[in-house]
Amino acid sequence: MTALTTQLQAEMNVVRRNGEQLLVTLGIPLLLLGFFSVVDVLPTNEKDPVNFLVPGILALAVMSTSMVSLGIATGFERNYLVLKRLAATPLGTTRLIAAKTLSIAVVEAVQMILLISLGFLLGWSPQQANWLLALCAVVLGTFAFAGIGLFLAGNLRGEVNLAATNGLYLVLLLIGGIVFPLDKLPGALSAISRCLPTSALSDVLRDALMSAGEHTTSSWIVLVVWAIAAPLLAAKTFKWN
Amino acid sequence: MSAVVVENLTIRYGDFVAVNDVSFQAEFGEVTAILGPNGAGKTSTIETCEGYRAPTIGSVQVLQKNPFTDRTAVHSEVGVMLQEGGVYPSARVFETITQYCALYNRGVDPATLLAAVDLESKASSTWRRLSGGEKQRMLLALALAARPRVAFLDEPTSGVDINGRDAIRFIINDLAANGTAVVLATHELDEAERLAQRVVFFHQGKIVANAPLAIMRSAQHELRFSSSPALNVQELSAHIGLQVAIIQDHYVVRFENADSAFSSELVQRVSTWLNDKQLPLNNLSIGAQRLEDIFRNLTGGTQ
Repeated sequence: MTALTTQLQAEMNVVRRNGEQLLVTLGIPLLLLGFFSVVDVLPTNEKDPVNFLVPGILALAVMSTSMVSLGIATGFERNYLVLKRLAATPLGTTRLIAAKTLSIAVVEAVQMILLISLGFLLGWSPQQANWLLALCAVVLGTFAFAGIGLFLAGNLRGEVNLAATNGLYLVLLLIGGIVFPLDKLPGALSAISRCLPTSALSDVLRDALMSAGEHTTSSWIVLVVWAIAAPLLAAKTFKWN
Repeated sequence: MSAVVVENLTIRYGDFVAVNDVSFQAEFGEVTAILGPNGAGKTSTIETCEGYRAPTIGSVQVLQKNPFTDRTAVHSEVGVMLQEGGVYPSARVFETITQYCALYNRGVDPATLLAAVDLESKASSTWRRLSGGEKQRMLLALALAARPRVAFLDEPTSGVDINGRDAIRFIINDLAANGTAVVLATHELDEAERLAQRVVFFHQGKIVANAPLAIMRSAQHELRFSSSPALNVQELSAHIGLQVAIIQDHYVVRFENADSAFSSELVQRVSTWLNDKQLPLNNLSIGAQRLEDIFRNLTGGTQ
């Protein structure tokens, strides 16, 4: 077994054992999709809310895994000096980051399969879906959210990071165009929301899967900027212990 | 060629000088103890040797490589035991040892290593459920997973009970006997006395002594006893021609002459004098000084 696969297995064990993280990454997106698709209470501008919800919930799933799950786990690893100890092995930073990235990819793949399957079961009908474009958006979103998660994890104590990451998750869930369309938000808040990575990812996923993006070009720009800036900021400020 | 060579090392954190121009070496097949009180600069020095930080001034060579710039090469052959932590609370013992054996890939069998640190009965326990001593043994196992040519062990017996200490001492002695250079940072001088061949005393960021333990101890001998508080120290000092000091309720006479005839005569003179004064003589001991006393002498009594 190589150092990379060894570390990937260790990362997956951490994911598997942290029940509360699994709840956030798998449970909450599935619950939101199921509940708001069946109970039509959201102002989605869609005849069938599931068509609005699936792309947004996919964006939420990316945020859950790459920001919340990765960020909280990394924050506690830093707190418990796990990263410091690993830094004194031949693993190296590159393979450590690769193992973390692959573990995110595995969890996201499971999330996508579960959410898209549930979406189809609830009557989701993609319109001229461009799956490759959607995959590109998911990759960019992963970079953006992982950057935010690692920025917080690399600068805050474990418990503070836990609270901050969960708080940010809730804010982005509410004003990030996932369950509420941005045009239903007050003017100033709506303008701010369009600059958030969640809104941008939701929008480009709606465009890729439903041909229903609202500000596709600007959303791609916002997403790319976050995907570059957030990891750079995290790399520049990250404290290993 | 020495396993570890530290030359004129200075480490600064902002304006604070943690380590000030220190030099020492550690040899293969020996335990080198880095001693000193908390805050003396031991951990900063060890962590620089482990490659966690670059020296502010000076140089560090481990296995003839720079541990900060040549990390992967150095870390392949170096075992590290942190002062505390390093394992995820939910991680299981055998699983973690297996992970580290695979990361180092030096042919160490995880089951054999588990047995070596006497944690077979805890193989499926999580880190958070281990006692202090078990945690230290597991951290030691992670260092041994490297089949290290150099092992840096930071406070390996801290918080460990007597049986656990015996197990850790046995492993450390075995490591050195098999040719590993063991660099041990500790503030427990008794521990160093039991394990080390060479001691390096740190005090306020500087090295105040660096010598083989046997030489350092043989340089100073002492006669130690307890008696009545009414004992007149000046009078006894004048009688035996050596200074008598009071250290922790004991009367202590230090001398450099290790000749057994001299020692016998000294005991005779002291006991006769006490007898004449009708004062008790209790807990008499004579021989090489303990490290603790040597350190007190070197640092003017502060620790």
